[in-house]
Amino acid sequence: MSLLKSREAILGAAIVALLVLIATRFPAFVEPKNLLEVFNDTSPLIILALGQMVVILTRCIDLSVAANLALTGMVCAMLNVAWPGMPIGVIMVIALACGALMGAVNGLLVWKLDIPPIVVTLGTMTIYRGIIFLLSGGAWVNSHEMSRAFTGVPRTQILGLPLLGWIAIVVALIMAVVMSRTPMGRSFYATGNNPHAAVYTGIDVGRSQFLAFTISGTLAGLAGYLWISRYAVAYVDIAGGFELDVVAACVIGGASIAGGVGTVVGTILGALFLGVIKNALPVIDISPFWQMAISGAAILVAVTFNSRSGRARGRVILKSAEHAQ
Amino acid sequence: MDDTRSKAGAEHPVLALDGITKTFPGVKALDGVKLALYPGEVTALIGENGAGKSTVVKTLTGIYQPDGGQILMDGQPVAFPTAQAAQDHGVTAIHQETVLFDELSVAENIFLGHAPRGRFGLIDTAAMKARARALLDGIGAQIDPGVKLKDLGIASRHLVAIARALSVEARVVIMDEPTAALSQKEIEELYELVDTLKAQGKAILFISHKFDEIFRIADRWAVFRDGQFVGQGLMRDVDEGDLVRMMVGRSVDQIFPKRAARIGEEVLKVVGYAHPTEFEDINFTLRRGEILGFYGLVGAGRSEFMQSLIGITRPSKGAVKLDGKIKVIRSPAEAISAGIVYVPEDRGKQGAILDMPIFQNVTLPSLGQTSKRGFTRMAEEFALARHYTERLDLRAASLDTRVGALSGGNQQKVVIAKWLATQPKVIILDEPTKGIDIGSKAAVHDFMSELAAEGLSVIMVSSEIPEILGMSDRVIVMREGRIAAELEGDALTPETLVRHAAGITHTPSEAAA
Amino acid sequence: MSTLSTNHAPRDSAGPRKIPDQLSSPATKALKSWESLLLLVAVAIFLMNALASPYFLDAWNLSDATYNFTEKAMIAFAMALLIIAGEIDLSVASIIALASTAMGLMMQAGFGTPALVATGLVVGLLCGAFNGLLVTRLGLPSIVVTIGTMSLFRGISYIVLGDGAFRGYPADFAFFGQGYVFWVFTFEFVLFAVLAVIYAVVLHRTNFGRAVYAVGNNATAALFSGIRVGRVKMILFLLTGLMSGIAAVCLTSRLGSTRPSIGTGMELEVVTMVVLGGVNILGGSGSIAGVVIAAFVMGLVTFGLGLLNVPGIVMSIFIGLLLIGVIALPRLWKKLRRA
Repeated sequence: MSLLKSREAILGAAIVALLVLIATRFPAFVEPKNLLEVFNDTSPLIILALGQMVVILTRCIDLSVAANLALTGMVCAMLNVAWPGMPIGVIMVIALACGALMGAVNGLLVWKLDIPPIVVTLGTMTIYRGIIFLLSGGAWVNSHEMSRAFTGVPRTQILGLPLLGWIAIVVALIMAVVMSRTPMGRSFYATGNNPHAAVYTGIDVGRSQFLAFTISGTLAGLAGYLWISRYAVAYVDIAGGFELDVVAACVIGGASIAGGVGTVVGTILGALFLGVIKNALPVIDISPFWQMAISGAAILVAVTFNSRSGRARGRVILKSAEHAQ
Repeated sequence: MDDTRSKAGAEHPVLALDGITKTFPGVKALDGVKLALYPGEVTALIGENGAGKSTVVKTLTGIYQPDGGQILMDGQPVAFPTAQAAQDHGVTAIHQETVLFDELSVAENIFLGHAPRGRFGLIDTAAMKARARALLDGIGAQIDPGVKLKDLGIASRHLVAIARALSVEARVVIMDEPTAALSQKEIEELYELVDTLKAQGKAILFISHKFDEIFRIADRWAVFRDGQFVGQGLMRDVDEGDLVRMMVGRSVDQIFPKRAARIGEEVLKVVGYAHPTEFEDINFTLRRGEILGFYGLVGAGRSEFMQSLIGITRPSKGAVKLDGKIKVIRSPAEAISAGIVYVPEDRGKQGAILDMPIFQNVTLPSLGQTSKRGFTRMAEEFALARHYTERLDLRAASLDTRVGALSGGNQQKVVIAKWLATQPKVIILDEPTKGIDIGSKAAVHDFMSELAAEGLSVIMVSSEIPEILGMSDRVIVMREGRIAAELEGDALTPETLVRHAAGITHTPSEAAA
Repeated sequence: MSTLSTNHAPRDSAGPRKIPDQLSSPATKALKSWESLLLLVAVAIFLMNALASPYFLDAWNLSDATYNFTEKAMIAFAMALLIIAGEIDLSVASIIALASTAMGLMMQAGFGTPALVATGLVVGLLCGAFNGLLVTRLGLPSIVVTIGTMSLFRGISYIVLGDGAFRGYPADFAFFGQGYVFWVFTFEFVLFAVLAVIYAVVLHRTNFGRAVYAVGNNATAALFSGIRVGRVKMILFLLTGLMSGIAAVCLTSRLGSTRPSIGTGMELEVVTMVVLGGVNILGGSGSIAGVVIAAFVMGLVTFGLGLLNVPGIVMSIFIGLLLIGVIALPRLWKKLRRA
């Protein structure tokens, strides 16, 4: 059993334990209907965290995802206000393209100009937010201005789960296949795990990072439309600070900020862990104001745990020591 | 074995280098070298550290681009602008530092970049594992292709690296010290594998420091020295002595400025030093004015021991006596104040801070001397830096120049000046002349014997036989983390050094038979 | 072996070759530096502001405008050292929130101004110690640790305060964020100036400052050179915590109240200020002078655009563009010249 698998098992067990604990006093929380609602509520976080994980795999970080989400969401909302008849399919394609474009801008700055990712995305984070203001003039787009289809489609129930949840599932499946079964997916791992060796195997490290940012941006764009339509409101500060929850989900899910380590399953579990806590707090009558401190503590516990289990071995010179291992 | 030998020289080379030159700032790593590899034959590339072997490997695998000369395949000039291009031409390598991915599975490590594809162009995991299994079986490796690489020991990693090299349709296989980390049994299996590859008609470039294995498996030899081509020929025409002479290329006593120093009382005594995985049972003494050589193959544990001595890593047991008193050294800062300094091998990573100016590098371990109440004093810093760099005959535009802008030799002078400025009792020099030009080498050697003459005790870790022979009063040979021999006087010859370091128990004539 | 006989030549025949200390004088170097370019930008922005608005060149307006950057700049000084040493602290704004909350609790318990100030500083130091221990003792990456403590520290404020607030700080407490030392010079501005001098001396004129550069450039070589790398980093985290505590005192005093959302997003402005000031985000180089000028640039932009009634969010676009632009343009220029 590799450590990584057991790490996911531990996280999965932690979530189950959490649910059991809640269920002992509030059985209603673990009813299937409510659990589906928790999953649905966590869907945007799952989608964003999967994109962020790819970026973190390549030794980068994307702090602009929440701003990207908000800007894409505003673009979609304003398109809907201007042309209420525009099909939702078209809006979603535009959302994906808009998000991909913003992600690609980050990626190009990292790849071609070699600017540290944290600087790039810190900058674009404020720029993307600012652009929302320029587009909207600071005004809100409210639910009554949006078409019914615009807000309704993600809420369409299929087998008891809203479309939003299904989209997260589809994204997770696609990412699982991409990350495990395509050369591009594997090259993300190789890039972050050992960039020096990646060059030896013919991988362009900068290009991998560019692709990772583009994927992260694309998913942020998708989440942008879903977020706006779900909450039926668009304004400048929407999802403010959400990028930290996204990074937190990745870290709790076992991704290493040093690159090369992280899985789709782990990341989903990391997001669900935060989602369960967020949804459970009001139920068990703890002030939702506890949520922030809990996720902070969870990040610290997770990163400590990751570093303990992932510690690199030293060089083994003594033959006897090698056999003893 | 005679069958394979008889083929030697019968065919045209698959791959040939012609006049390849590669220059790095300050060093000419390759100077117009040539090399020819023949199908179905093993060519051993022999040379000291810094002879240019690794540079040749990197040139052949598309990592480095040569500044001049040609690579020919089947007589046609080719270029390897990327690692992929070299692979596409059928050149594959097992690198010295295993360039693999801890977080990926064994099968993926073998097939990264050329994995078998199934439906929708997706990686066919089952096929990949099956082919990895077959490749590993083919080289007699009992490794599960599904496990993560980080769960493997160092020997298994090497086997994975070998399997990776064999996973492409290769015409040329480069093996850069493939047996360095293997046990005797695994080495025997590797030899069988090499024989199989030969039978398949692949051309093999085999780089090794171990003479017994060169005579065991090579058909041809090629010798490089200081980035230059010395010679090439058939193994059956030479013996070990010929190769050592060509490698070293000079008769030793002519060139080293070793002065007769007055060797005084015991300064340093190391008793029973051990580390869980790196070395054990290290005992020796060092006297005033003495130069003590530490010889061994790369990875014998010499640097690891020295770094433990100055408190970078903690030994599991052992004690140090300095001037007869027990000293506990838990950090380099304590080592410096105790009077033991270590000039590391890796100038760029451990020795110098390349982006800081010369004078700040020199004064860094001695800031206590140049400052007043914790405030730096520029004039004192420049004075100290000037004093020591002038003694070492440093050449630089100014003392304010970035160390990274200097040649390798001058960087080394800065690094030595830096630790000398702390006025130590014992100075440990780890590969002090590795990768520097011949003039700087001479200056460093000259200076080293001057220091010993002044009464400083010197430990010199070196993998260069002439340097060890020419500079040391006494030599300790290390092998696999232990002291293999302590040599002095007449016992100190190139042959004894090589034999103890490589653990050769039989004579070369037996090996060749 | 004739080539080898040259080894004695340089020393014996030519004698030691004289190497000058410095080729160009420090003044010439300063002229060509990032800081002077930034100074030009600052002057240009100052002049443009003066031309654009008649209210700009007023001593009291300018004095008010310094509040745009003084608190951030105090933290930025310590952050600059931390980033030069190769680490980062994203939790500074959350330390402000926690320190301010602690001060609020003390105020409610009836303590006076000296105790409040002490509380702010001690909480800042404790938070810094917590970050520092996690990074230096457990060897965790500082960016993840401080993203975690960023949630944790502010989260504790939220637990204490919820959507409430502390109000009613003592009257003499207002001095730190609203008082004047003399004429138009506010307490915060004077503190900023004093801290700038102290940090400049520490970074550029002490052994500790040299160690900070050495650690950031090459921690391994610094360790081999006898520098106690862990201790240097620990001190820097403590300093960053302390500065956040001081900023918490000033900000709380200026606002006269504590909400858990106090100073939200400030960490990004602090990092932007440091990077804009020419500190390499990857560590190893930078100066306090650069950070000081960057503070003025950011303050002037905010103030100038404010006078023109440009909303804050649009100003942040300028700051974002400035951050990426100042790093991207030199690299782009180099690339184009090579091509």
